Amino acid sequence: MTDPHDHDHIGDIHRQLHSHLPPEPALRVKALESLLVEKGLLDSEAVDAWVELYTEKIGPKCGARVVARAWTDAPFKQRLLADGALAVKEMGLEGWALGHLKVVENTALVHNLVVCTLCSCYPVGLLGMSPNWYKTAAYRARAVREPRAVLKEFGVSLADDVAVSVWDSTAELRYLVLPERPPGTDDWSQDRLAAIVTRNAMIGTDRTLALTRG
Amino acid sequence: MDGVHDLGGRQGFGPIDVNEPEAPFHEPWEARAMAINRAVSAVTSWNIDRFRFTRENIEPLDYLTRPYFDQWAQTIAALLVGSQLATCEELAAGHAAHHLGTTAQPQRAKDVEAVNKAAKRYDSPSGPPSRFAPGDKVRANLLRAPGHTRLPAYVCGHAGKIVACHGAHVFPDRNAHGVQSYEPLYTVAFQAAELWPEAAGRRDCVNLDLWESYLAAN
Repeated sequence: MTDPHDHDHIGDIHRQLHSHLPPEPALRVKALESLLVEKGLLDSEAVDAWVELYTEKIGPKCGARVVARAWTDAPFKQRLLADGALAVKEMGLEGWALGHLKVVENTALVHNLVVCTLCSCYPVGLLGMSPNWYKTAAYRARAVREPRAVLKEFGVSLADDVAVSVWDSTAELRYLVLPERPPGTDDWSQDRLAAIVTRNAMIGTDRTLALTRG
Repeated sequence: MDGVHDLGGRQGFGPIDVNEPEAPFHEPWEARAMAINRAVSAVTSWNIDRFRFTRENIEPLDYLTRPYFDQWAQTIAALLVGSQLATCEELAAGHAAHHLGTTAQPQRAKDVEAVNKAAKRYDSPSGPPSRFAPGDKVRANLLRAPGHTRLPAYVCGHAGKIVACHGAHVFPDRNAHGVQSYEPLYTVAFQAAELWPEAAGRRDCVNLDLWESYLAAN
Protein backbone atom coordinates (compact mmCIF):
# COMPACT_ATOMS: atom_id res chain seq x y z
CA MET A 1 0.00 0.00 0.00
CA THR A 2 2.71 2.45 0.89
CA ASP A 3 6.32 2.77 -0.10
CA PRO A 4 8.19 1.67 3.03
CA HIS A 5 11.03 4.06 2.14
CA ASP A 6 8.78 7.09 1.64
CA HIS A 7 9.69 8.55 5.00
CA ASP A 8 13.41 7.96 4.45
CA HIS A 9 13.14 9.90 1.20
CA ILE A 10 11.35 12.85 2.83
CA GLY A 11 13.83 12.74 5.71
CA ASP A 12 16.69 13.03 3.19
CA ILE A 13 15.08 16.10 1.65
CA HIS A 14 14.67 17.70 5.09
CA ARG A 15 18.33 17.04 5.92
CA GLN A 16 19.46 18.55 2.59
CA LEU A 17 17.31 21.61 3.19
CA HIS A 18 18.66 21.88 6.71
CA SER A 19 22.21 22.19 5.39
CA HIS A 20 21.34 24.53 2.48
CA LEU A 21 18.88 27.05 3.86
CA PRO A 22 19.69 30.06 6.04
CA PRO A 23 18.90 29.44 9.72
CA GLU A 24 16.76 32.58 10.19
CA PRO A 25 13.09 31.84 9.52
CA ALA A 26 12.43 35.32 8.08
CA LEU A 27 15.10 34.75 5.39
CA ARG A 28 13.89 31.24 4.52
CA VAL A 29 10.32 32.45 4.13
CA LYS A 30 11.40 35.42 2.01
CA ALA A 31 13.45 33.16 -0.27
CA LEU A 32 10.54 30.73 -0.52
CA GLU A 33 8.13 33.48 -1.57
CA SER A 34 10.55 35.00 -4.13
CA LEU A 35 11.22 31.62 -5.68
CA LEU A 36 7.54 30.66 -5.93
CA VAL A 37 6.74 34.00 -7.59
CA GLU A 38 9.57 33.54 -10.11
CA LYS A 39 8.33 30.02 -10.86
CA GLY A 40 4.86 31.37 -11.60
CA LEU A 41 3.33 29.37 -8.74
CA LEU A 42 2.48 32.32 -6.49
CA ASP A 43 1.14 35.85 -6.70
CA SER A 44 2.35 38.00 -3.79
CA GLU A 45 -0.89 39.95 -3.82
CA ALA A 46 -2.76 36.75 -2.97
CA VAL A 47 -0.34 36.28 -0.06
CA ASP A 48 -1.13 39.84 1.07
CA ALA A 49 -4.85 39.06 0.85
CA TRP A 50 -4.57 35.97 3.08
CA VAL A 51 -2.54 37.94 5.62
CA GLU A 52 -5.13 40.72 5.64
CA LEU A 53 -8.03 38.28 5.94
CA TYR A 54 -6.52 36.54 8.99
CA THR A 55 -5.23 39.75 10.58
CA GLU A 56 -8.20 42.06 10.09
CA LYS A 57 -11.33 40.00 9.50
CA ILE A 58 -11.22 36.47 10.84
CA GLY A 59 -10.52 35.91 14.52
CA PRO A 60 -12.10 34.93 17.85
CA LYS A 61 -14.81 37.58 17.39
CA CYS A 62 -16.38 35.36 14.69
CA GLY A 63 -16.60 32.44 17.13
CA ALA A 64 -17.92 34.74 19.87
CA ARG A 65 -20.82 35.80 17.61
CA VAL A 66 -21.78 32.15 17.15
CA VAL A 67 -21.68 31.53 20.92
CA ALA A 68 -23.76 34.63 21.70
CA ARG A 69 -26.37 33.61 19.15
CA ALA A 70 -26.54 30.08 20.57
CA TRP A 71 -27.15 31.57 24.04
CA THR A 72 -30.07 33.70 22.85
CA ASP A 73 -31.64 31.61 20.06
CA ALA A 74 -32.58 28.10 21.22
CA PRO A 75 -33.48 26.67 17.77
CA PHE A 76 -30.12 27.94 16.43
CA LYS A 77 -28.31 26.30 19.33
CA GLN A 78 -30.00 22.99 18.48
CA ARG A 79 -28.91 23.30 14.86
CA LEU A 80 -25.39 24.30 15.94
CA LEU A 81 -24.99 21.25 18.16
CA ALA A 82 -26.46 18.96 15.48
CA ASP A 83 -24.34 20.24 12.55
CA GLY A 84 -21.90 23.04 13.35
CA ALA A 85 -20.72 23.47 9.75
CA LEU A 86 -24.24 24.07 8.48
CA ALA A 87 -25.21 26.37 11.36
CA VAL A 88 -22.22 28.72 11.02
CA LYS A 89 -22.91 28.90 7.28
CA GLU A 90 -26.32 30.40 8.13
CA MET A 91 -24.39 33.27 9.69
CA GLY A 92 -22.08 33.59 6.67
CA LEU A 93 -19.17 32.36 8.78
CA GLU A 94 -18.18 29.25 6.82
CA GLY A 95 -14.45 29.03 6.18
CA TRP A 96 -11.08 27.31 6.33
CA ALA A 97 -11.19 24.01 8.26
CA LEU A 98 -14.90 24.30 9.06
CA GLY A 99 -16.21 21.59 6.73
CA HIS A 100 -16.84 19.28 9.71
CA LEU A 101 -17.31 21.62 12.67
CA LYS A 102 -18.39 19.98 15.93
CA VAL A 103 -19.59 22.16 18.79
CA VAL A 104 -19.34 20.69 22.30
CA GLU A 105 -21.30 22.25 25.15
CA ASN A 106 -20.05 22.96 28.65
CA THR A 107 -22.49 22.27 31.49
CA ALA A 108 -22.37 22.53 35.28
CA LEU A 109 -20.94 19.00 35.35
CA VAL A 110 -18.86 18.79 32.14
CA HIS A 111 -15.93 20.89 30.98
CA ASN A 112 -14.65 20.45 27.41
CA LEU A 113 -11.06 21.01 26.32
CA VAL A 114 -9.76 20.90 22.73
CA VAL A 115 -6.28 19.82 21.60
CA CYS A 116 -4.52 18.32 18.59
CA THR A 117 -1.83 15.95 19.85
CA LEU A 118 -0.57 14.96 16.37
CA CYS A 119 -0.28 18.39 14.73
CA SER A 120 -2.22 21.64 15.18
CA CYS A 121 -5.83 21.17 14.01
CA TYR A 122 -7.98 24.15 15.04
CA PRO A 123 -11.21 25.79 13.78
CA VAL A 124 -9.17 28.49 12.05
CA GLY A 125 -12.02 29.89 9.97
CA LEU A 126 -13.96 30.71 13.15
CA LEU A 127 -11.26 31.53 15.73
CA GLY A 128 -8.48 32.82 13.49
CA MET A 129 -4.88 31.70 13.92
CA SER A 130 -4.33 29.49 16.93
CA PRO A 131 -2.18 30.76 19.81
CA ASN A 132 1.42 29.53 19.89
CA TRP A 133 0.82 27.68 23.15
CA TYR A 134 -1.84 25.54 21.43
CA LYS A 135 0.86 24.28 19.05
CA THR A 136 3.60 23.72 21.63
CA ALA A 137 4.79 20.25 22.57
CA ALA A 138 3.88 21.01 26.20
CA TYR A 139 0.19 21.67 25.52
CA ARG A 140 -0.13 18.82 23.02
CA ALA A 141 1.53 16.34 25.39
CA ARG A 142 -0.18 17.43 28.60
CA ALA A 143 -3.77 18.33 27.63
CA VAL A 144 -4.80 14.68 27.21
CA ARG A 145 -2.93 13.38 30.24
CA GLU A 146 -3.24 16.07 32.88
CA PRO A 147 -6.00 18.42 31.70
CA ARG A 148 -6.74 19.60 35.25
CA ALA A 149 -3.13 20.69 35.79
CA VAL A 150 -3.15 22.47 32.42
CA LEU A 151 -6.43 24.21 33.26
CA LYS A 152 -5.02 25.32 36.61
CA GLU A 153 -2.16 27.06 34.80
CA PHE A 154 -4.80 28.96 32.84
CA GLY A 155 -6.51 29.92 36.11
CA VAL A 156 -9.36 27.42 35.80
CA SER A 157 -10.02 25.37 38.95
CA LEU A 158 -12.57 22.63 38.54
CA ALA A 159 -14.58 21.08 41.35
CA ASP A 160 -14.15 17.31 41.68
CA ASP A 161 -17.70 16.67 40.47
CA VAL A 162 -17.00 18.36 37.11
CA ALA A 163 -15.80 15.82 34.54
CA VAL A 164 -13.27 16.91 31.93
CA SER A 165 -13.96 15.82 28.36
CA VAL A 166 -10.89 16.28 26.16
CA TRP A 167 -11.29 16.34 22.36
CA ASP A 168 -8.17 15.29 20.46
CA SER A 169 -8.64 16.52 16.86
CA THR A 170 -7.24 13.46 15.08
CA ALA A 171 -9.40 13.68 11.90
CA GLU A 172 -10.96 16.53 9.88
CA LEU A 173 -13.54 17.36 12.54
CA ARG A 174 -12.78 20.66 14.24
CA TYR A 175 -14.00 21.37 17.74
CA LEU A 176 -15.44 24.53 19.27
CA VAL A 177 -16.43 24.71 22.93
CA LEU A 178 -19.77 26.36 23.71
CA PRO A 179 -19.16 27.93 27.13
CA GLU A 180 -21.89 28.35 29.75
CA ARG A 181 -23.76 31.64 29.65
CA PRO A 182 -22.92 33.55 32.83
CA PRO A 183 -25.77 34.37 35.22
CA GLY A 184 -26.94 37.99 35.36
CA THR A 185 -26.90 38.44 31.56
CA ASP A 186 -30.56 37.68 30.83
CA ASP A 187 -31.36 41.07 29.30
CA TRP A 188 -28.08 41.44 27.38
CA SER A 189 -28.00 41.85 23.59
CA GLN A 190 -26.11 39.38 21.37
CA ASP A 191 -23.40 41.99 20.74
CA ARG A 192 -22.88 42.60 24.42
CA LEU A 193 -22.79 38.87 25.11
CA ALA A 194 -20.29 38.28 22.27
CA ALA A 195 -17.92 40.77 23.89
CA ILE A 196 -17.47 38.60 27.00
CA VAL A 197 -16.67 35.39 25.10
CA THR A 198 -12.93 34.81 25.17
CA ARG A 199 -10.90 32.85 22.62
CA ASN A 200 -9.69 30.55 25.39
CA ALA A 201 -13.27 29.79 26.48
CA MET A 202 -13.95 28.46 22.98
CA ILE A 203 -10.82 26.23 23.19
CA GLY A 204 -11.68 25.22 26.75
CA THR A 205 -8.79 26.86 28.63
CA ASP A 206 -11.20 29.41 30.16
CA ARG A 207 -14.51 28.55 31.86
CA THR A 208 -16.13 31.25 33.99
CA LEU A 209 -16.57 34.30 31.78
CA ALA A 210 -16.09 37.70 33.39
CA LEU A 211 -18.83 40.24 32.79
CA THR A 212 -16.46 43.20 32.78
CA ARG A 213 -15.80 43.02 29.02
CA GLY A 214 -19.51 43.29 28.18
CA MET B 1 5.03 6.45 11.91
CA ASP B 2 6.42 6.41 15.41
CA GLY B 3 7.60 10.00 15.18
CA VAL B 4 8.39 12.67 17.69
CA HIS B 5 5.22 14.48 16.53
CA ASP B 6 3.06 11.93 18.35
CA LEU B 7 3.09 13.88 21.60
CA GLY B 8 -0.09 12.93 23.48
CA GLY B 9 0.71 11.94 27.05
CA ARG B 10 4.49 12.39 26.80
CA GLN B 11 5.91 13.62 30.06
CA GLY B 12 8.66 16.03 31.02
CA PHE B 13 7.40 19.17 29.30
CA GLY B 14 7.21 22.29 31.41
CA PRO B 15 4.51 24.88 32.01
CA ILE B 16 2.51 26.52 29.23
CA ASP B 17 3.03 30.21 28.40
CA VAL B 18 -0.45 31.31 29.43
CA ASN B 19 0.50 35.00 29.16
CA GLU B 20 1.25 34.93 25.42
CA PRO B 21 -0.17 38.15 23.93
CA GLU B 22 -3.34 37.48 21.91
CA ALA B 23 -2.37 38.31 18.33
CA PRO B 24 -2.84 36.39 15.07
CA PHE B 25 0.89 36.53 14.30
CA HIS B 26 3.87 37.55 16.40
CA GLU B 27 6.28 38.14 13.47
CA PRO B 28 5.58 39.32 9.89
CA TRP B 29 7.29 36.24 8.41
CA GLU B 30 4.83 33.98 10.27
CA ALA B 31 1.94 35.62 8.43
CA ARG B 32 3.77 35.24 5.08
CA ALA B 33 4.44 31.53 5.72
CA MET B 34 0.77 30.89 6.58
CA ALA B 35 -0.41 32.79 3.51
CA ILE B 36 2.08 31.15 1.12
CA ASN B 37 0.75 27.79 2.24
CA ARG B 38 -2.85 28.84 1.52
CA ALA B 39 -2.07 30.48 -1.81
CA VAL B 40 0.21 27.81 -3.26
CA SER B 41 -2.38 25.08 -2.75
CA ALA B 42 -4.10 26.28 -5.95
CA VAL B 43 -1.26 25.03 -8.16
CA THR B 44 0.22 22.11 -6.24
CA SER B 45 -1.04 18.55 -5.97
CA TRP B 46 -0.22 17.56 -2.39
CA ASN B 47 -3.06 17.03 0.07
CA ILE B 48 -3.44 17.80 3.78
CA ASP B 49 -2.23 14.32 4.80
CA ARG B 50 0.85 14.55 2.60
CA PHE B 51 1.56 17.95 4.19
CA ARG B 52 1.22 16.47 7.69
CA PHE B 53 3.38 13.44 6.85
CA THR B 54 6.07 15.69 5.40
CA ARG B 55 6.04 17.85 8.54
CA GLU B 56 6.25 14.72 10.73
CA ASN B 57 9.47 13.82 8.93
CA ILE B 58 11.27 17.01 9.94
CA GLU B 59 14.39 16.12 11.96
CA PRO B 60 13.18 15.39 15.51
CA LEU B 61 15.28 18.11 17.12
CA ASP B 62 14.04 20.67 14.59
CA TYR B 63 10.45 19.49 15.08
CA LEU B 64 10.63 20.13 18.80
CA THR B 65 12.56 23.40 18.70
CA ARG B 66 11.89 25.34 15.50
CA PRO B 67 9.04 27.92 15.48
CA TYR B 68 5.73 26.60 14.20
CA PHE B 69 5.43 28.60 10.97
CA ASP B 70 9.11 27.99 10.25
CA GLN B 71 8.16 24.32 10.15
CA TRP B 72 5.40 25.14 7.67
CA ALA B 73 7.97 26.88 5.43
CA GLN B 74 10.29 23.89 5.80
CA THR B 75 7.42 21.52 4.93
CA ILE B 76 6.42 23.50 1.82
CA ALA B 77 10.09 23.55 0.75
CA ALA B 78 10.37 19.76 1.18
CA LEU B 79 7.13 19.22 -0.76
CA LEU B 80 8.41 21.42 -3.60
CA VAL B 81 11.64 19.41 -3.78
CA GLY B 82 9.74 16.10 -3.52
CA SER B 83 7.40 17.20 -6.34
CA GLN B 84 10.38 18.32 -8.45
CA LEU B 85 9.04 21.86 -8.61
CA ALA B 86 12.19 23.32 -7.00
CA THR B 87 15.67 22.31 -5.86
CA CYS B 88 17.39 22.89 -2.53
CA GLU B 89 19.79 25.28 -4.28
CA GLU B 90 16.91 27.34 -5.66
CA LEU B 91 15.22 27.46 -2.26
CA ALA B 92 18.47 28.64 -0.67
CA ALA B 93 19.01 31.32 -3.31
CA GLY B 94 15.38 32.46 -3.58
CA HIS B 95 15.80 32.48 -7.36
CA ALA B 96 14.72 30.07 -10.07
CA ALA B 97 17.50 28.29 -11.98
CA HIS B 98 14.98 26.34 -14.04
CA HIS B 99 11.59 27.57 -15.13
CA LEU B 100 8.60 25.26 -15.06
CA GLY B 101 6.78 24.54 -18.28
CA THR B 102 3.51 25.04 -16.47
CA THR B 103 0.54 27.00 -17.72
CA ALA B 104 -1.28 26.83 -14.37
CA GLN B 105 -2.29 30.22 -13.05
CA PRO B 106 -1.40 31.09 -9.46
CA GLN B 107 -4.18 31.99 -7.05
CA ARG B 108 -5.22 35.65 -7.34
CA ALA B 109 -6.00 38.07 -4.51
CA LYS B 110 -9.57 38.54 -5.71
CA ASP B 111 -10.25 34.81 -5.22
CA VAL B 112 -8.90 34.52 -1.68
CA GLU B 113 -12.15 35.17 0.21
CA ALA B 114 -14.04 32.64 -1.92
CA VAL B 115 -11.31 30.01 -1.47
CA ASN B 116 -11.47 30.59 2.30
CA LYS B 117 -15.24 30.19 2.32
CA ALA B 118 -15.15 26.94 0.33
CA ALA B 119 -14.86 24.83 3.47
CA LYS B 120 -13.59 21.50 2.20
CA ARG B 121 -15.40 18.33 3.21
CA TYR B 122 -13.62 14.99 3.50
CA ASP B 123 -16.56 12.57 3.67
CA SER B 124 -18.27 10.62 0.89
CA PRO B 125 -21.86 9.32 0.88
CA SER B 126 -20.78 6.48 -1.42
CA GLY B 127 -18.06 5.21 0.95
CA PRO B 128 -18.32 1.88 2.80
CA PRO B 129 -20.98 1.52 5.52
CA SER B 130 -20.07 1.72 9.23
CA ARG B 131 -19.56 -1.58 11.06
CA PHE B 132 -19.85 -0.08 14.53
CA ALA B 133 -22.70 1.85 16.15
CA PRO B 134 -22.82 4.29 19.08
CA GLY B 135 -22.40 2.41 22.34
CA ASP B 136 -20.24 -0.35 20.82
CA LYS B 137 -17.14 -1.27 22.78
CA VAL B 138 -13.93 -1.22 20.76
CA ARG B 139 -10.20 -1.55 21.28
CA ALA B 140 -7.59 0.50 19.39
CA ASN B 141 -4.96 -1.53 17.55
CA LEU B 142 -1.80 -2.21 19.49
CA LEU B 143 0.36 -2.00 16.40
CA ARG B 144 0.32 0.77 13.81
CA ALA B 145 1.09 0.52 10.13
CA PRO B 146 4.30 2.20 8.92
CA GLY B 147 3.92 5.53 7.12
CA HIS B 148 1.42 8.22 8.03
CA THR B 149 -1.35 7.44 10.50
CA ARG B 150 -3.76 9.37 12.70
CA LEU B 151 -3.89 6.73 15.42
CA PRO B 152 -1.94 8.24 18.32
CA ALA B 153 0.30 5.92 20.32
CA TYR B 154 -1.32 6.80 23.65
CA VAL B 155 -4.57 4.97 22.85
CA CYS B 156 -2.98 1.92 21.19
CA GLY B 157 -4.21 -1.28 22.85
CA HIS B 158 -6.76 0.58 24.98
CA ALA B 159 -10.52 0.03 25.23
CA GLY B 160 -13.02 2.74 24.37
CA LYS B 161 -16.61 3.27 23.34
CA ILE B 162 -18.06 4.56 20.07
CA VAL B 163 -19.91 7.82 20.76
CA ALA B 164 -20.54 9.02 17.19
CA CYS B 165 -20.45 7.71 13.61
CA HIS B 166 -19.42 10.20 10.93
CA GLY B 167 -19.83 8.14 7.76
CA ALA B 168 -16.90 7.42 5.44
CA HIS B 169 -14.03 9.94 5.44
CA VAL B 170 -10.84 10.07 3.38
CA PHE B 171 -8.41 7.61 4.97
CA PRO B 172 -5.22 9.52 5.84
CA ASP B 173 -2.93 6.49 6.02
CA ARG B 174 -3.36 6.04 2.28
CA ASN B 175 -4.10 9.62 1.28
CA ALA B 176 -0.68 10.73 2.57
CA HIS B 177 0.88 8.30 0.11
CA GLY B 178 -1.17 9.32 -2.90
CA VAL B 179 -4.09 6.88 -2.74
CA GLN B 180 -7.54 8.33 -2.06
CA SER B 181 -9.90 5.87 -0.39
CA TYR B 182 -12.68 6.16 2.20
CA GLU B 183 -13.23 4.44 5.52
CA PRO B 184 -15.87 4.88 8.23
CA LEU B 185 -14.86 7.40 10.89
CA TYR B 186 -15.97 7.38 14.53
CA THR B 187 -15.59 9.44 17.65
CA VAL B 188 -14.32 7.07 20.34
CA ALA B 189 -14.36 7.97 24.04
CA PHE B 190 -11.64 6.54 26.28
CA GLN B 191 -11.93 6.85 30.04
CA ALA B 192 -8.93 8.75 31.41
CA ALA B 193 -8.44 5.97 33.97
CA GLU B 194 -8.08 3.48 31.09
CA LEU B 195 -5.24 5.52 29.60
CA TRP B 196 -3.35 6.94 32.57
CA PRO B 197 -2.62 5.26 35.90
CA GLU B 198 -2.75 8.57 37.77
CA ALA B 199 -6.33 9.21 36.57
CA ALA B 200 -7.79 6.31 38.59
CA GLY B 201 -11.12 7.29 40.12
CA ARG B 202 -11.69 10.24 37.77
CA ARG B 203 -14.73 10.46 35.46
CA ASP B 204 -12.68 12.41 32.89
CA CYS B 205 -12.47 11.11 29.33
CA VAL B 206 -10.53 11.69 26.12
CA ASN B 207 -12.36 11.61 22.76
CA LEU B 208 -10.58 10.85 19.49
CA ASP B 209 -11.78 10.60 15.90
CA LEU B 210 -10.59 7.22 14.64
CA TRP B 211 -11.00 5.30 11.38
CA GLU B 212 -12.54 1.84 11.35
CA SER B 213 -9.36 -0.10 10.56
CA TYR B 214 -7.74 1.39 13.70
CA LEU B 215 -10.33 -0.46 15.81
CA ALA B 216 -11.48 -3.97 16.68
CA ALA B 217 -14.68 -5.01 18.44
CA ASN B 218 -14.03 -5.52 22.15
